[in-house]
Amino acid sequence: MIGAFVIAFREVIEAGLIIGIVLAATRGIAGRGRWIGLGILGGLAGAALIALFAEKISDAFEGTGQDILNAAVLIVAVLMLIWHNTWMSKHGRELASELRAAGDRVRTGQSTAAALALVVGAAILREGAELVLFLYGLVASGTSGLDIQLGALAGVGVGAALSGVSYFGLAAIPTRYVFSVTSALIIFLAAGLASQAAQFLANAGVVTVLDRPLWNTASVLREDSLAGRVLHALVGYTDRPSVLQGVVYLGTILIMIALMQWSSGGKPRQVRTA
Amino acid sequence: MALTSLRLALGIAAVVLGGPALAEDLPVIKVEMRDGVIIPDVIEVPANTRFKLEITNTGKSPVEFESTELKREKALAAGATSAIVFRTIDPGRYDVFDDFHPEAKATLVAK
Repeated sequence: MIGAFVIAFREVIEAGLIIGIVLAATRGIAGRGRWIGLGILGGLAGAALIALFAEKISDAFEGTGQDILNAAVLIVAVLMLIWHNTWMSKHGRELASELRAAGDRVRTGQSTAAALALVVGAAILREGAELVLFLYGLVASGTSGLDIQLGALAGVGVGAALSGVSYFGLAAIPTRYVFSVTSALIIFLAAGLASQAAQFLANAGVVTVLDRPLWNTASVLREDSLAGRVLHALVGYTDRPSVLQGVVYLGTILIMIALMQWSSGGKPRQVRTA
Repeated sequence: MALTSLRLALGIAAVVLGGPALAEDLPVIKVEMRDGVIIPDVIEVPANTRFKLEITNTGKSPVEFESTELKREKALAAGATSAIVFRTIDPGRYDVFDDFHPEAKATLVAK
C-alpha cells in the first residue's frame, strides 16, 4: 500500500505545485476557476490519450516521438508563462488595486487566465500519462488488492492537497505583494521547464551541442528524492544538468525579465490612492 | 495526423535519397521487464554510438524503465513493447530501475 501511495504521489507532485502557483497567480480574475478547470480536464483527457497511444507516439520520429512530444508540450507551457508574466507586469498593478477595491472579482485578465489554463493542461498531460498507465494497470491487472488501489488513490489525493497547500500559502500573502511573488515563482518555473525541454530535445538528437554535464550534485541532493522532486518542480532543479540546460535556464530568466521591464516601462505608472 | 504526414515525408525523402531508413541500421538491445524484475540485470550496450534499447513488459502490471543518470524514462503498460534511442553514452556503469516497482534494479554497462 505504501509503495503504491509513494509512486502515485511522486507522479502528482509537479503538476500539483504548478496548479497551486497558477491559481494564486490568477487570483481575482473573473472566471479563472472555469479556465483552470478546463485546463485540468483537458490535461487529463490528453494524458489518457497519450497513455492509450504510448507505443505509437514512441515509435514516431525514429523512436524519439515521446521526447519530441514532451519538448513541444513544455515549450508551449514556457511560452504561456512568458506571456503571463509580460502581461502581468503591465496590468498586475491595476489588478491588485482593483482586487483591493472590488473585493474579489475583476473583469480583466481573461487572456492570461486562458494562457495559464494551457500551462495547467500541459503539466497534467505530461505527468499524467504515466499515472494513468500506473493506475489503469493496477485496476486492469486484477492482481492488486484493494489496499494497493486505495494507496494509489490516497497518493493522488495527497498530491492534490499539496496543490491546495501551495495555493493557500501564496494566498496568505498580502494582495499588494502576491503578484510580485507569483511572477518571481513563474520566472523560475518557466526557466526550469525550458531547461527540461532542452534536455528532451537533446535526448531526441534534435540539439547535439553543449551536452557535457555542468555539475553533479547527486551526492548532495538526489533529484528523485522528495526534496529534489519539489525543487525540480519549482525551480527546475537537476542533479546533473548539461551545459545546454544551464544556458537555456539563464536565457529564459533573462528574456522574461527583459520582457517584463519593457512591458511595465511602456506605459506611465499610475499611482492610485484606493 | 501531423506526425503521420511528417513520417510519410521522411519516408519519401529516405527513398528518394536512396539511403537506408535510419532506424534499420541501429544496434538493438533487448530488455525484458516483468512485475518487478529486469532481465538481464546487467544490460550491455555499446558506448559512444547510437543504439536502440527495446523494452518489453512481459508482466501483468505496468512498469517504468528509468535512469536518473541517463535522464531517461519510459512507462509501459502490461504487454507493451517500446524503445528508447540513445545517442552517445560515455563508457561506464549506470543504475537503472523500475519506477513502478522500486525493488527492481539493474545496471546498464556501456563499453
